[in-house]
Amino acid sequence: MSATLNDSSRIVDWIRITDAHKVYSSRKHEPVTALEAVSLTVEQGEFVSLVGPSGCGKTTLLKMLSGLLPATGGRIDLGGTPVEGPRHDVGIVFQAPTLLPWRTIRDNIMLPVEIRKLDKERYGQRATQLLEMVGLDGFENRLPNELSGGMQQRAGICRALVHDPGVLLMDEPFGALDAMTREFMNIELLRIWRESGKTVVLVTHSIPEAVFLSDRVVVMSPRPGRVVDVVDVNLPRPRELGMMQSSEAGDLVARIRAHFNAKGVVD
Amino acid sequence: MTAAQASTSTESVKPESPTASRWDKIDLRERPEILLIPVSFAVLVTAWEILVGVFDMPAYILPPPSDIYTTLVGQLQSANFYTNLRVTSIEILVGYGLGATFAFVLAIGVVQSKLIEKTVFPYVVALQAVPKVALAPLFVIWFGFGIQSKIVVAALVSFFPILVNTIDGLRSANPDLLELLRSLGASKRQVFIKVKLPNSMPFVFAGLDIGIVFAVIGAVVGEFVGAKAGLGFQMLQYIYNFDIAGLFAIIIVLSAMGLFGHLVVRALQRRFAGWASPSHVIGS
Repeated sequence: MSATLNDSSRIVDWIRITDAHKVYSSRKHEPVTALEAVSLTVEQGEFVSLVGPSGCGKTTLLKMLSGLLPATGGRIDLGGTPVEGPRHDVGIVFQAPTLLPWRTIRDNIMLPVEIRKLDKERYGQRATQLLEMVGLDGFENRLPNELSGGMQQRAGICRALVHDPGVLLMDEPFGALDAMTREFMNIELLRIWRESGKTVVLVTHSIPEAVFLSDRVVVMSPRPGRVVDVVDVNLPRPRELGMMQSSEAGDLVARIRAHFNAKGVVD
Repeated sequence: MTAAQASTSTESVKPESPTASRWDKIDLRERPEILLIPVSFAVLVTAWEILVGVFDMPAYILPPPSDIYTTLVGQLQSANFYTNLRVTSIEILVGYGLGATFAFVLAIGVVQSKLIEKTVFPYVVALQAVPKVALAPLFVIWFGFGIQSKIVVAALVSFFPILVNTIDGLRSANPDLLELLRSLGASKRQVFIKVKLPNSMPFVFAGLDIGIVFAVIGAVVGEFVGAKAGLGFQMLQYIYNFDIAGLFAIIIVLSAMGLFGHLVVRALQRRFAGWASPSHVIGS
């Protein structure tokens, strides 16, 4: 992969975070440092998870990547250009499905196409393929509140992918789902990732989930948020739930958890 | 007559009845109101009819329901009644239409423009405390005894509930949805059209529902103050003649108009804001 770095046509979906800072200042309170000197690179097609206890700035970092929050220091580049605001080469999956309740599933998925005034016919076909890929075909004309939480979140993933972005940013996308649905959605996500070839950055509270899904797990510590460890996950792909019982997986989970136990914070 | 009608229909509602072919699909334990509403209505009207007779109540205080019914049927056959009905209907509809349009446009202005919010909105809040019907005499002096003054009163009283509800609706959009639109690089106009406006629809219809009933009140109060025609004007004439049955008949007509307006608004609400009503969830 690193061999392709000099090839400018291949670095389009590449993330480089250099010494990023984020300080929240307000008139009433002392300024709060949410992120301090975070540096990280993510290669094209890589699956990276950010884990850490509440307040470690992992959601802040994701929002900075998506252009929703400006950094107060440092630099964030995506595909070779600095992130200065919301951009078209990123798809975001939020914690809640965040669907418009008055729109059908299909119209919700087509929302980014409408906002960006893209070719409706061409991307409509893509929406149909995505619906099929996540197993929502047959439900495209339903309203969101007629579907279960897992189905709604799958529609949210389709919406993030419809305009064919290179990077998929996910902010605790399965946090609100029950354990069984969550495991199922993890397997689904790996399949979608494999089929779409996107670069994925996922924020999660769950260490086992991060290990199961990722190529690398970025461990963050709270107040101020900084990267304390980057763990390579060398489990074979395609992954299966059974692999989580292996000693390798157990060791990785234990290594990540040790960071939190040392700090006296339990996930 | 109404009592008799109601009692015959209650008999056919009984599930065991051999003639109840059309009714056996309706479960009375689930929808007891199908039985309870006509029965209680029949009981009330019958009691009223009997008590008026027993206590020998004079007709200029409380006429029996049968008298009211006869008067109502008589009115429904008089050309004069239809002239008045038309006048009041025009006052209500034009007033309501104007009130709703102004309320809607101003609500959008208040939500979309800081300048309008800071300059106009304080006056709106202050005006809300004014009892609008108390302004009716002023409008009659300014706009005359014709329909114009009643249109203004109906517009003014229906304006406020629609304005306040629409503003609430436009402001109540889910912050997560607004952030989603921002992440997609949506313009202010797109955020308004794709999220704020559709999100406000259940609130707008709640306002329209209150507004239509208020518009009826506004038109009738306007006519009470001074008019040449209309159902409120006709009520005044009945009062001068101590024709209480006639008065009741007009009250029934006005209530029916308000109810009709409410049902029309509800039908539109189901069509344009039906997504807001809870529905069945499919398993995954």
